[in-house]
Amino acid sequence: MRAIFKLLRFLRPYWRDSMLALLSLILVVALDLSIPRMVQRLIDHGILPGDLREIQRAFFMMLILSALDAAFALMNNAFSVRVSEGVARDLREALFLRIHSLPLPALDQWSTGGLMVRLSSDAAAVQRLVQITLRIGTRAPLLIAGSILLMFQTDARLTQAALPLLLLTSGLIGFFLWRMEPLFATVQERLDRLNIILQENIAGVRTVRAFHRGDDERRRFEQASAAFTERNIRVMEQMALMGPSLSLCLNLGIVLVVWMGGWQAAHGGTTPGRIAAFVNYLQTTLNPLLILANLAQVWASASASAVRIHEILDQSTEAEEPEEAVDRLPALRPRVALEDVSFRYEGSAGAPVLHRIHLTLEPGQIVAILGPSGAGKSTLLHLLLRFYDPTEGRITLDGLDLRRLRRERFLARVAWVPQEPSLFSGTVRDNIRFGRPDAPDEEVIEAAMAAQAHEFIIRLPEGYDTWIGERGVTLSGGQRQRIAIARALLMRPDLLLLDDATSAVDLETESRILRSIREWMREGLCIIVTQRLSTARRADRMVVMEGGRVLGIGTHAELLGSCSLYREIYAAQIDEEILEVAG
Amino acid sequence: MMWGIRRATSTVERVVSQRRGTDRPSRLEQARDPLQAMRRLLRYLRPYRARLAGVGALVSISTVANLIGPYLVGRAVDSWTIHRDTAGMVRMVLAMLLAFLLGSSSDAVSGMLMAGISPRALQRMRQDLFDHLQRLPLRFFDMRPAGELISRLINDIDAVHQAISQNLIGMAASLLSLAGLMIAMFLLNPVLAMASLVMGPLMIGSTAWITRATRREFRQLQRNLGELSSVVEESISGIRVIRAFRGRERLIQTFRSRNQAVYESAVRANTYALLLMPLTNQLGNLFVILIAGLGGWLALRGAATVGTIVAFISYARAFVQPLRQISSIYNALQAALAGAERVFEILDLPPEPPDPPDAVSLDRVRGELCVKDLSFEYVPGVPVLRNISFHVRPGQTVAIVGPTGAGKTTLANLLLRFYEAEHGSICLDGYDIREVRRGDLRQQIGVVLQDAFLFAATVMENIRYGRPGASDEEVIRAAQLAGADVFIRQLPHGYVTVLSEQGSNLSRGQRQLLAIARVLLTDPAVLILDEATSSVDPRTELQVQQALRRLREGRTSLIIAHRLSTVRDADWILVLQDGAIVEAGTFRDLLARRGVFYRLYMSQFEGRAI
Repeated sequence: MRAIFKLLRFLRPYWRDSMLALLSLILVVALDLSIPRMVQRLIDHGILPGDLREIQRAFFMMLILSALDAAFALMNNAFSVRVSEGVARDLREALFLRIHSLPLPALDQWSTGGLMVRLSSDAAAVQRLVQITLRIGTRAPLLIAGSILLMFQTDARLTQAALPLLLLTSGLIGFFLWRMEPLFATVQERLDRLNIILQENIAGVRTVRAFHRGDDERRRFEQASAAFTERNIRVMEQMALMGPSLSLCLNLGIVLVVWMGGWQAAHGGTTPGRIAAFVNYLQTTLNPLLILANLAQVWASASASAVRIHEILDQSTEAEEPEEAVDRLPALRPRVALEDVSFRYEGSAGAPVLHRIHLTLEPGQIVAILGPSGAGKSTLLHLLLRFYDPTEGRITLDGLDLRRLRRERFLARVAWVPQEPSLFSGTVRDNIRFGRPDAPDEEVIEAAMAAQAHEFIIRLPEGYDTWIGERGVTLSGGQRQRIAIARALLMRPDLLLLDDATSAVDLETESRILRSIREWMREGLCIIVTQRLSTARRADRMVVMEGGRVLGIGTHAELLGSCSLYREIYAAQIDEEILEVAG
Repeated sequence: MMWGIRRATSTVERVVSQRRGTDRPSRLEQARDPLQAMRRLLRYLRPYRARLAGVGALVSISTVANLIGPYLVGRAVDSWTIHRDTAGMVRMVLAMLLAFLLGSSSDAVSGMLMAGISPRALQRMRQDLFDHLQRLPLRFFDMRPAGELISRLINDIDAVHQAISQNLIGMAASLLSLAGLMIAMFLLNPVLAMASLVMGPLMIGSTAWITRATRREFRQLQRNLGELSSVVEESISGIRVIRAFRGRERLIQTFRSRNQAVYESAVRANTYALLLMPLTNQLGNLFVILIAGLGGWLALRGAATVGTIVAFISYARAFVQPLRQISSIYNALQAALAGAERVFEILDLPPEPPDPPDAVSLDRVRGELCVKDLSFEYVPGVPVLRNISFHVRPGQTVAIVGPTGAGKTTLANLLLRFYEAEHGSICLDGYDIREVRRGDLRQQIGVVLQDAFLFAATVMENIRYGRPGASDEEVIRAAQLAGADVFIRQLPHGYVTVLSEQGSNLSRGQRQLLAIARVLLTDPAVLILDEATSSVDPRTELQVQQALRRLREGRTSLIIAHRLSTVRDADWILVLQDGAIVEAGTFRDLLARRGVFYRLYMSQFEGRAI
């Protein structure tokens, strides 16, 4: 509940529209309630006395009222839609901005799916609440209140007799919803189970067939399906009971009113017209009551969504950079030093990912980092990119602590090719230009050539203007990697970080790429993370890592002599080289 | 007069269905041949004919009762106030109570009956679909992405369920009460009744118009939402690249413009959708006003009595309700039929032909494999395999090498009869595999695929998958042989650790070790291995290789090879190119021949010395 009120600030820009929506809603309700009255007047003063002019007047009055009613209803629609969709849009934007200003350690706790849910269905749940509140959500109680008021006005005694009944009806609704609540939960659970079986069966169809388990799968599905069906039947039974009980309840009320009212009418206490109006108003309360029951659910789901939304909005953004952040650009020939660097992920209890690393990397070199997965190779690159900062120790660039450099200025000098190339929907050109949107075409092509991507790009349907990603051309893993390399080269970086960036490229192409990188990076420093020995051996120096520690640094010959893990990898991989086949 | 509450059921169901979040735009779809889909859907209800007849009778009773009840209320009021007839009043009230009780109870009973029908009919349909999926040729699954297929099936069945469980009764009741009301109105006053007839087309026409417009706008909204979510998704999965390349500001620009587009189309779509309520409301009002005006005029000319007009006004109010309901049910029904149609489309696809009655049943084979003149094409005119012939003696290991697209995987598909060979033959121990029972054949052949598929079940259940009857000890022994025992024991609950979806809580290498254990447990005579192309970390890789070596012992093995060590270990090597065997022989032979294989092999060492 409180989570929803915390979202009220998103309504602030729209308070005028909200007020107009509510105002038009009140007018709609008033007009809705006045039409039965007009009909009554037409009967009592027009038809009964046979007054044609009164009939005409009432008729046209009603037409006008009805037209006004329609106009106000449309007004209410227009304003409520604008407000609710506006709130949804602002909410999405606020979430998006927050996500993209969260520090990575905080962001790591979220799955992409979790973030997407908050941005889409949670924002939609809040939107639904706003819209419903500005429409039927307010209309229903207004109608109920109006009806009860008019019932009182029509006949106070009858109202007093009917009120307990209305309360009983509301109680009944509550009772049924309470009975169904746990049923709903289990229905959902069993449906999920059913869907998982279906999903596995389709995704793993080869496994199922190869092991000839079709019949068992069928039985498994049948059981889950039966369990779901059984629960479903129970829910439907509850619903089958709820509707008729509610209408029976109110119909009994009507009988009661007719009986009491008729008796009173017989003794001159009321008129038939009044009883008619009274019953009419009693009927009017049923639907709004049901709608209120519905609204409770909308509230519940919106408030759950609001809590989830706040989980993101309440996260603090990336720390402000220190005042004295160094603005000057790093030198063109960067010397990178890791001084006693340790790192562990926030909240993780196990061994640190990096443990007391000392490493000095000289400009003008290609350095390979080699080691089994989990050695901390990629993490090391992430620290250099300042996705994370070391838990202990420091990383320096020409003697300056990275944390003291202005992030934007520093990153402008660094380029990175991640393990997963992460291309974006757009043209090939857009993707290569991602880090330098204003780069001229010649430079784009030059970078693509260096990355050995130009050849295949010009063979794409529309060359550099080919749309890739969703609804576009699908590229192979090797092609994606080469575009990612071109993207990095176009930055003309002083520090180039390749994270297993050529794993899907055949050996020959890889060697050409590495050759052009060497030319491209003549002055700068290039760090290559790899699991392939053949790749590592093309570097000037190799750093062998395992378990977050550096086990050896040097050339092939040096490492063969000094590092036992290197010898082990060498012995294993000389045999395990992948048969790269020009496909 | 119509002074009673008629059917609260529809609103209740709306309350309930909205909780389940079924208000997705798929409700706006249409079937291509609604009648045909309807007919087939009704076939699922056939076993419940008797009960459905009961439901029909009950719905008629309740409709009549619900129509009579309010009428009796009016009569009761009249008899008391006009005739001052207490005895008549008591009779009326009793009759009224009876009518209401009858109406509500038959509503409740028909609802209960229906609760036993529609979920069961749907269960049948779901099972039919699932059973059929087990028999469809693999071609069907290869043709479309699994994710899309699954979400479609789930949505479709849900739509059908909603339609049968809620709308069938609602539609019947609405039609019946419309008919009843029409009769009552014609009996009361034909002139006014004729005038009311205009309402039907007006209401349905305007609803249809709004629905069409809404459908169009929602489709646009759906597209815009799709674009927005792909921007968001990319931005999250690529967040590191965005940070490293300082792309944040530009990204926010893109997001803003997409978000604005969603806002604009959502406003449009919802404005149309929300038009429906006030429109039908006002049409209802207009109806009442027209009846009142026309009735008043008629009354003055003596063509109608006051009572008639009052009753008519009540009827007019009551008339609008089923009309409104019919049009909304109509939309839901169309969506359901569209869903049903897609389900039927799948059910209509021809399944794999069943094993012929005289199919050979195999017990234990030696593993002699003989492939003769085998040709195959997935798409007519595009041959994937051409005239392949080779012979493998029991216990031999054959490595198949060749570029991607050379037909290596197809060979495995044919051997397992995932696809049926069209020309040529494959014989196992001298039996043509097309004449062998599929189950028996697949039992003899163990497969380890590149990306091992695991189920969201325990480790134990996953290993046991190929031999459900295996004891725990046997499972553990298989795991030990596969070298998986060590890491399994380190899992939070050892062998009873439940794997998350598709084993995503395991590393790729670990998944492969489990898949190897699974095959070891089934002890097949023939093995098909599809080696992983990209390496896992060297240590696990080593374990996987050792496990595979153990697995191959004493079995005929066909390996789609990517690794030199495997090739060297093989008894002989088959080089495939463009669907044909271009070279075959032992490792030494092939190197000595200095042909395709030699070039492949030597490319390993090129450029190594930089």
